[in-house]
Amino acid sequence: MSTAAQETQQTGTPEDREILAIAREQVLERGVPLTEDQILRVMKTSDDALTDLLALAHEVRMKWCGPEIEVEGIVSIKTGGCPEDCHFCSQSGQFTSPVRSVWLNIPELVKAAEQTAATGASEFCIVAAVRGPDERLMTQMREGVKAIKEAVDIEVAASLGMLSQEQVDDLVDMGIHRYNHNLEAAKSFFPNVVTTHSWEERWETCEMVRASGMELCCGCLVGMGETVEQRAELAGQLGELQPDEVPLNFLNPRPGTPFGDLPLMESTEALRTIAAFRLALPRTILRYAGGRELTLGDLGTRDGLLGGINAVIVGNYLTTLGRDPKEDLALLADLKMPIKALSSSL
Amino acid sequence: MDVVDQVYCGHCGLERSDGTHDACNERLRMEPPRYCTRCHRRMQVQVSPTSWTARCVEHGETSST
Repeated sequence: MSTAAQETQQTGTPEDREILAIAREQVLERGVPLTEDQILRVMKTSDDALTDLLALAHEVRMKWCGPEIEVEGIVSIKTGGCPEDCHFCSQSGQFTSPVRSVWLNIPELVKAAEQTAATGASEFCIVAAVRGPDERLMTQMREGVKAIKEAVDIEVAASLGMLSQEQVDDLVDMGIHRYNHNLEAAKSFFPNVVTTHSWEERWETCEMVRASGMELCCGCLVGMGETVEQRAELAGQLGELQPDEVPLNFLNPRPGTPFGDLPLMESTEALRTIAAFRLALPRTILRYAGGRELTLGDLGTRDGLLGGINAVIVGNYLTTLGRDPKEDLALLADLKMPIKALSSSL
Repeated sequence: MDVVDQVYCGHCGLERSDGTHDACNERLRMEPPRYCTRCHRRMQVQVSPTSWTARCVEHGETSST
């Protein structure tokens, strides 16, 4: 360990300092992800060690991912009326949520892609609240993606639920370069979150996507009442899956859903989770997704960008509003973090 | 429409005169309205990356712009 590193690791308990030293040598210097047991030890570090933990996660991100931040916008092509019962989701048709079903037409979809590109984003993700896509949705996607590619310079991603192999192949043919399908929760906690499909079904779709040549985006939602052990389990399972991107959502309790009365996650806990995920996934794109505005606020958002995060969703989410993109872009400029440009493949 | 002109709360759909809606107003900073403030029907809301539109079948469309 360098002298500078030793000087920065003087806070926290002896146990804190020991696991941070292990992480420094293993993840930062050798690029080897933490094991589930090690992730748990990181997640159990004290608040006194948080500054050192975030600094280490940032060093890991800079060394193994580089300084660029990937910026993405998202839009819902089909909102509400979902037959699944994901307990955090206001779009489930099984709860008394005020969200009504609505479809986005293709001109509005292209307009949303243009809005996203205007922020400097390189990625635009089209999302549908469905168990899996039916033929109507696949037709809408085929026409919509074609229209976007004709009008806007941006990579197009999709999130349409569980897929068949034929649908995976169709999405590849459309030119979808990244597919999102979240695990949402650790395998052991998943039955507390969803009962209408299984964790294994999600895993199978992720495996098919990864085998297809599309990039795999597979993330989660924390703050749903899971234990810290289950959070470490989840990070380990994501590490096993090896997605290209992990979007990290923090529960924003939605009225009418079974999780509507849960408290917000503590900001220190959220920041510790970000850093632990970075140490579990040193080379993965780790994206700020929903709930960060409420859980972390402006100051916490900055801390997370200096604690392992290297991608953001700018602007609004699917049914809720986000920060003004100008504020996020100004923050990135202030932190001297360059925005990732479009890949040369376009 | 100013908040004082609204009969119903855009967040919870209850009458604005029925108790305080401070928490609802706070949430409306980070969420589009879900209920028409004139008739409290649930609206069809489309959120896009930098804007939103909400449509009441009776009273038409409102938007963030």
